[in-house]
Parts: sequence; C-alpha cells; structure tokens
Amino acid sequence: MAILDKHKILETNATLLLIFSFLVVTIGGLVQITPLFYLENTIEKVEGMRPYTPLEMAGREIYIREGCYVCHSQMIRPMRDEVERYGHYSLAAESMYDHPFQWGSKRTGPDLARVGGRYSDQWQMDHLRDPQSVVPESVMPKYGFLEHRKLDGKYIGDIMAANAIVGTPYTDEMLENAEADFRAQADPDSDYDGLLERYGDKVNVRNFDGQPELTEADALIAYLQMLGTLVDFSTFTPDASR
Amino acid sequence: MSKTPEKQAGDPNTTGHVWDGIEEFDNPMPRWWLWTFYATIFWGLIYSIMYPAWPLVQSATAGVLGWSSRELVQQEMVAFEEANAPWNARLVETPLEEISADAELQQYAVNSGGAVFRTWCAQCHGSGAQGAPGFPNLLDDAWLWGGTLDDIVTTVSYGIRNGESDDARYSEMPAFGEILEHDEITQVVQYVMSLTNAQTDDAAAQAGKVVFEDNCAACHGDDGTGDIYQGAPNLTDAIWLFGGDQEALTETVTNSRFGVMPAWENRLSDAQIRAVSAYVHQLGGGQ
Repeated sequence: MAILDKHKILETNATLLLIFSFLVVTIGGLVQITPLFYLENTIEKVEGMRPYTPLEMAGREIYIREGCYVCHSQMIRPMRDEVERYGHYSLAAESMYDHPFQWGSKRTGPDLARVGGRYSDQWQMDHLRDPQSVVPESVMPKYGFLEHRKLDGKYIGDIMAANAIVGTPYTDEMLENAEADFRAQADPDSDYDGLLERYGDKVNVRNFDGQPELTEADALIAYLQMLGTLVDFSTFTPDASR
Repeated sequence: MSKTPEKQAGDPNTTGHVWDGIEEFDNPMPRWWLWTFYATIFWGLIYSIMYPAWPLVQSATAGVLGWSSRELVQQEMVAFEEANAPWNARLVETPLEEISADAELQQYAVNSGGAVFRTWCAQCHGSGAQGAPGFPNLLDDAWLWGGTLDDIVTTVSYGIRNGESDDARYSEMPAFGEILEHDEITQVVQYVMSLTNAQTDDAAAQAGKVVFEDNCAACHGDDGTGDIYQGAPNLTDAIWLFGGDQEALTETVTNSRFGVMPAWENRLSDAQIRAVSAYVHQLGGGQ
C-alpha cells in the first residue's frame, strides 16, 4: 500500500517523527479527557456539599504535606466489603472542592473518606500522638509534633483565593473573613456566628486538640472530623444506573 | 567503511537499511503474534459494545449488558440483607432480656455483633475490648453508664457527650483547678488514692476527706462508689479510665476529663446495635 510505504519518511526524520508522535498522544489524551468536561453524568448533583472552612483547608494542606495520602485513600469503591466497613461508596461530587482530590491509590492504613465523626477528637489526638497507644497493631508513625506547631492563619486566605481561581466557590466575604473564621472554629468561646452563617450550621466548632493554643493538630483534626459527613445519605439515594 | 555485499539469489529480503554493512531483515511478523494482535482488537471492539465505553454528547454508551458497578453492589447488599432478614427481624422483635435465653439467636447476635465490634468499635476499645487509656475496658464488670443489655444498647445508640445526639449520655465534672486551692487538690488526690489502698500521705489524705465530702461526694457518693445515673465513676474499685496515679488524678481533678463516644444510631441498623450490645454484654462484665 502506497501510504504505508510513506512511513519511511517518518522513520528517517527524527523531528517529523517527534511531531507525529506528539499528535498521536494528543488525540488519545483528548479522547479520554475531554468528555469528562461536558458529559453531564460525570459529577452528579448532590445536596450538602460546601467548600472547606479555613481551618479545614489548613488541615487538608497539612494532610497533603505529611503525605497522609501515601498510606490512606479517600475513595470507598462500590464493593460490598468496602461499603460494609467504611460506609456508602464515594461519589465524584464529594471531591468537587478538592484541588487536587485525595483519592489515593494505596491503603496501608484504612480509607478515610468517611472518617468524620467516627472517633472522638480525643481519640484522634491520642492516635496522632502515638497510634500504638490506641491501636497496638498499627504501623503508623507518630505525629505528636503537630500539637506543638502553632498556626495563626495569616496566609490561609491566600490558599483559599488560589482554590477560588480553580473553581471553588469562595465568596469575597469568605475570603475577607478567612483569618477570623480560621480562629473561631477552634475556639468554642469565640463569636463564631459568622462562620456558621458562611459555611452552614453543621460546621464543627470545638477545641479539637484539647489545648489552648491553635495548632496544626487542631486544623488536621477539624479536617478529619468533617470528611465524608457533608452528603446525608439517609435522605439522598444516588442514581444506581451510572 | 565496509562495503555492502552483493545480493545473492535466495538471500532473505531486507528493508534496505544499512548501518556499517549490517542490514535489517524484512521478515513478516510471526503468524501467532499477528493473529493474537488482531484478536485483541476484535475483543476490544466487542468489549466496548457490551460494557459502558464510548463518550457521546450527553452521556457515555451504557453497553448492551447494562453493567453497572453501583447496581451490582446494591444487589449484593440486598441479597445479604435478605438472607439475614429473618434473623435480624427476630433480633429486633425479641425483648432484650430474652435474647440470651434463645441459644440460636444469642449465637447469631454474638457472632454478627463481634463483626460489628471489630469494624466500628475496636479502634477505641481495642480489638479484644480491653480498652486503652481514656477508652473503657469492656471486659471487666465496672460500668460507667450501666452494664445491663438495655444500658449498653442506649450507650451504643446515642453515645456519650458527643453533641450529635440529644439523647447522648451526659455528665460533666467541673475543672476544680478553678475552684479549689492547690493544696486542697493535693489533699483530695491523696484521699482518693487512699480509697483503693494506694500508698498515700496519711495526714494529707485525712485533710482531703473533708475536701472530698464538700466537693465530690454529691456525685461520687460519700463513700466514693460513684453513681451511674449521674455518670460519676466509682473511685474505690481500682479501675481507672485515665490513670490512678498522683499525676493522672491531679490532672483529672484540676482540668476535668470529657470522654466522648459517637452516636451509632445513624451509622448502624437496629439489629446491628442490638447484636454488638449482646456481644459486649457477654464478654464477661454484663449485668
């Protein structure tokens, strides 16, 4: 065939080969990725999702910094054993404000997609400080240093603004009050009405790590304690046919 | 540079590429390889017709077989639910105090309750229910909120001091660091230690008795045996949730403790709650 014989031209011109290889990879990539942006059933509509509060956002940054995703997934697959152990399977919509998502690909430790509210704050703190004190068979490293590292939330507004650029619907009001909301969530004696007004009544306002200073442990526990709790599956049944 | 040898009749075909006199054969692919390659292409086509695959304008093709991972897991969950339904119905309908009398039902409750315990409870209470500092041991016969099956069902369902359930068990010891003098705290700690015959400073313990009667006896009782209706622990049984040495007790009296247990009524079914309660009840301490 004549056209196949022309292949020799590509094989003998390195630059041309490079250009055509790039074209092939581009087409393959477009076919796989583009539909995700326009297919209507990629992300189903659910109720209850809200952007992370400033404190939770800081906790998420710490979660990423410490590489928690290396051992913990946040993706309950639609399989009976996982649903029985962790709760309802994860929906794409539940990661809609994650940039990037924390689905992970490795489970040395358990899945954390619905860990929120499953244990007390005290347990989370004890467990971060010394995992083996509560789960003797655990191989998790100790993260006790988190409770000694103070946070002031000075830059949390910048992180939220960056998330707003890639699509998280933070309002101007949320961004302006970021630092105040950051401190209010970890202090039940503060005036946190504004925080609840902006992010909803169900936001946990507690002294998460049990000590007076606002630390990285507060932020991380605030984040863990809300994971998977936003969509109420007692009132919402996902479409089974997707 | 060597010269390209003259081509002889019967020599294999070459691609015509020559590098330093080395030629490249132009042999056909092995048949088995070629046909396997065609077969994979064919398989890929069939597969993409049978299963969800091709993105269209509104959604992707659903596939002829109508396969859906969500439907599969749904069916599997329902199948197991139906298989267990008669047992679960019996477990929910039988009055709590009669469950243990029905040997078959008790066995079902304990086995399925054990699975629930290992999934949802073991992280705090230990895989053998032995507890951890701050998280009660469920094997002994000391109960903070009552150890009858009924009490355990209530505790599991609504939890303790959690803020999610209005029916959660609740008690709050004041932080006596703001109420008592430093010396008084030292004295009352000595007195509490003396209740379990720990080695104490007798004079301080004697003075602490007065502090105890004035500040602690209302909940913990005159004799320190506690009151489960107020959630006040027994201080005389030498079983300590947060530690019974001087340091731990001083911390407890000064800053108080506030152990939290989540409510499970929305995470577990009624049958699961009854089953795990039956499991915990028969571990050794059930009343």
